Amino acid sequence: MRSVAWLIPVFPLLAFFLIVFFGKRMPRKGHEIGILAIAASLVVALGVFFQQIAHSDQVYERSVTWFRFGDGGRFVELGMHIDGLAAVMFVVVCTVSLLVQIYSTEYMRDDVRYTWYYACLSLFTGSMLNLVIANNLIQMLIGWEGVGVASYLLIGHWFEERANSNAGLKAFITTRIGDVGFMFGIFVLFWAAGSFNIAHITSVVASGGVARGTLTWAAILLFCGAIGKSAQVPLQVWLPDAMAGPTPVSALIHAATMVVAGVYLVARMYGVFHASPAALNEVAIIGAITMVMAAGLALVQDDIKKVLAYSTISQLAYMVAALGVGAYTASVFHIWTHAWFKALLFLGAGSVAHAVHSFSMNDMGGLRKQMPTTFKTYVIGSLALAGIFPLAGFWSKDDIINGAYHSARAGSSVGWFVFLAALLTAFLTAAYVARMVALTFYGKPRYDPEHVHPHESPKAMTIPLVFLAFMAIFSGFLGLPGKLNLFAGWVRFGDVEHSFNLALDAFSTVLALSGLYLGWTIFKLHRVNIDLAKSPLAWFYKLLQRRYYFDDLYFNGIVHPVAGPIARAAYWTNQKILDAVINFAGTATVALGRFVYRDIDQQIIDGGVNGLAQGAGAAGNGLKFWQTGNVQIYAAGLFVGIAVFVGVFLIRG
Amino acid sequence: MQQVVFGIVAALIVFAAVRLVTTRNLVHGALYLLAVLAGAAILFLLFLAEFVAWVQVLVYIGAVVVLLLFGLMLTRAPIGNMALDSQTRPLAAVVSLAIFGITSTIVWKTFKGQTVHFSKPNTVDTLGRAIFSQYVLPFEIVSVVLLAALVGAVVLARKEE
Amino acid sequence: MPVAWVLILSSFLFSVGIYGVLARRNAVLVLMSIELMLNAANINFVVFNLLLHSISYIGQVFALFIITIAAAELGVGLAIVILIFRNRSTVSIDEVSLMKW
Repeated sequence: MRSVAWLIPVFPLLAFFLIVFFGKRMPRKGHEIGILAIAASLVVALGVFFQQIAHSDQVYERSVTWFRFGDGGRFVELGMHIDGLAAVMFVVVCTVSLLVQIYSTEYMRDDVRYTWYYACLSLFTGSMLNLVIANNLIQMLIGWEGVGVASYLLIGHWFEERANSNAGLKAFITTRIGDVGFMFGIFVLFWAAGSFNIAHITSVVASGGVARGTLTWAAILLFCGAIGKSAQVPLQVWLPDAMAGPTPVSALIHAATMVVAGVYLVARMYGVFHASPAALNEVAIIGAITMVMAAGLALVQDDIKKVLAYSTISQLAYMVAALGVGAYTASVFHIWTHAWFKALLFLGAGSVAHAVHSFSMNDMGGLRKQMPTTFKTYVIGSLALAGIFPLAGFWSKDDIINGAYHSARAGSSVGWFVFLAALLTAFLTAAYVARMVALTFYGKPRYDPEHVHPHESPKAMTIPLVFLAFMAIFSGFLGLPGKLNLFAGWVRFGDVEHSFNLALDAFSTVLALSGLYLGWTIFKLHRVNIDLAKSPLAWFYKLLQRRYYFDDLYFNGIVHPVAGPIARAAYWTNQKILDAVINFAGTATVALGRFVYRDIDQQIIDGGVNGLAQGAGAAGNGLKFWQTGNVQIYAAGLFVGIAVFVGVFLIRG
Repeated sequence: MQQVVFGIVAALIVFAAVRLVTTRNLVHGALYLLAVLAGAAILFLLFLAEFVAWVQVLVYIGAVVVLLLFGLMLTRAPIGNMALDSQTRPLAAVVSLAIFGITSTIVWKTFKGQTVHFSKPNTVDTLGRAIFSQYVLPFEIVSVVLLAALVGAVVLARKEE
Repeated sequence: MPVAWVLILSSFLFSVGIYGVLARRNAVLVLMSIELMLNAANINFVVFNLLLHSISYIGQVFALFIITIAAAELGVGLAIVILIFRNRSTVSIDEVSLMKW
């Protein structure tokens, strides 16, 4: 099965073209092609997955040469690199994409660009799969940029509204800033290791063939790409705005295709990162900062999708930080579990919004009766996100906390930092999850009952929810502690990590439960009646409301200065300084000019110029007869010139 | 053997080329050009450039000469005795002789004593691989040039509406 | 076979081409003479390819490219000749002397 793994990205990419060209003429407007293609990919992906876990020690790599360049036989290949990481990613991406596409048949039913939407979904999935399968950095970059383009198209899908198209642009440009780093990272690695092949680069790095400083720079540059795509601080601003796209797209972006690409990049290039402690520390610190900041932000959002968006940033930061502290398996395991429950939450939020026609939690409340399936699955997803035993999130989150603790005990101050940040984030996560569920499904209805009649969503939307809820419960059992940890056998870097610490797990669970309790008390039971905006913590609330002023910083610090003050400064300089200089120069020139004109120009120069002009005219009159207009004479001149030239060299040399 | 063939073909080429630039009949000129091109094709064969020879036959003799004949007919050039030479003829003779003298001197000085060894002929296969791997970019550029020439020729020769 | 023979033949062909370009009045004949010069270059390329035993066959590839370019050149050239003929009813090069004072 692994030998045909290349079919996995090919199916959706083929589907993209088929849908674009024939989609509108199909009876179902193209969605059957997309669903069929991704289902075929899923079948292959499962085959590859089961074969890979049966031979988990082997890496299966095949490639063909795409083109050669330069001297010395340098080349770029098209190839596949199948290991546990890739196999797991195949299953995640294909499954989530399939569910999203099924869900979208209902959610996007009457959309004006229904066919185009499906084409973009296929392109999105295909690009991501190409990124996953790639055995070299160039192929990976192609997938990477394909993901960027498709996300731009999908986020701006309803581009009739200015805000939506702006959100698409913001996502595209912000991630592009990181991509510049990624590309330079590729160049540095190519220069240092002489190949684009990832396995080759890793082996060169492992044998010490690359200087430490170069390696650190390469890793940091690569990580810039990951920061952009995975929306880590300071490039996290695009992800909340990306909520402007259709909700199933958000689910796809957040669970499987786009944002995970950054984490995947770091995991795939882990050989490079691992060899540079400085780069790993940077990764860990960025992750730790991001997870706490984003979790804080999720606490104050009113838009249910923005809560989930910040939650994604926070959870991605978990994965990034885990990689930073060396908990490779835990990080990939968190990708795996997070994909299920986050896709579930987004699709659930879409289902709710489908019912009340709004994403603001101020328009929801008390929906648990009208939408029982959505409610149940949503609660499962939320508890999994909060990391409550024994749901999926619990296992992966505690693996990460264990990993950080392990690193901290080994004497790493960064490890302590990550460890504390992870605990704090676990608490905050539980709190905002409780708030979100309470505001959405409990309490009094806040929607307008005259116009909105909430109802359970159709089957095409609830079946994916139920399946995802199943995965959110059971997918974590692959990573049970100790010897039962199957996942660690499949995906690992170096030795298997067997870190299990009962006391720590108990502690983090207590933290999560207390977070849930706090959120529940405040937002459901209203036992603590506080108005955050007026409390002593108001400044903090304001800080969160303004998203830590990141957007303000970017707009006031980068965008406006270019448009405003810098332009004003340029204008002032122009008016005051340049004008003065020019005026002075003008006056002086006039005075000088009078003198020059009267005495020098009229007398001396004029005579000279007139003389020259007359001389030129006379010469021209004499020479113009050479310009016969006869091409053959011109050509004769050309050849005579050549003959004379070469003849002179011949005689002299 | 090769030298004999070369001698015969060289004589043919020299004769046809000289007749081409001195003939009084335009159509004969085209036929002499044909002879020169065919001679060059035989030389290519002799120098083991089989594929180039066939391209020469197909493109040059097949297409270019026919194109030139069409050009002659479309311009209704008076066939027969006419002043086909311009006044630059003496100058042309001097210049071309000078160029010939200089280049042949250089060639003689540089390549004296060097001989060509006839090795195994290359196949179309190897030439094709070379064109479509190493020289694929020039190949594409040439195709664009051809396209541009095609468009240009059509635009130029088209009757004004 | 001495390579100089071939090269002298091709330089002769080239010189004859120059003579044709410079001396003939009929524009079509001038175009034919240009073909002579291009062929001289082709012969050189092919024989150099053989002389140097080029592994990548660059000489032959170049000859092919020159044949292609020659075809393009002839197409455009003839188009121009036909255009001139249509406007001025002549193809004599020395009568087309617009580019003079």
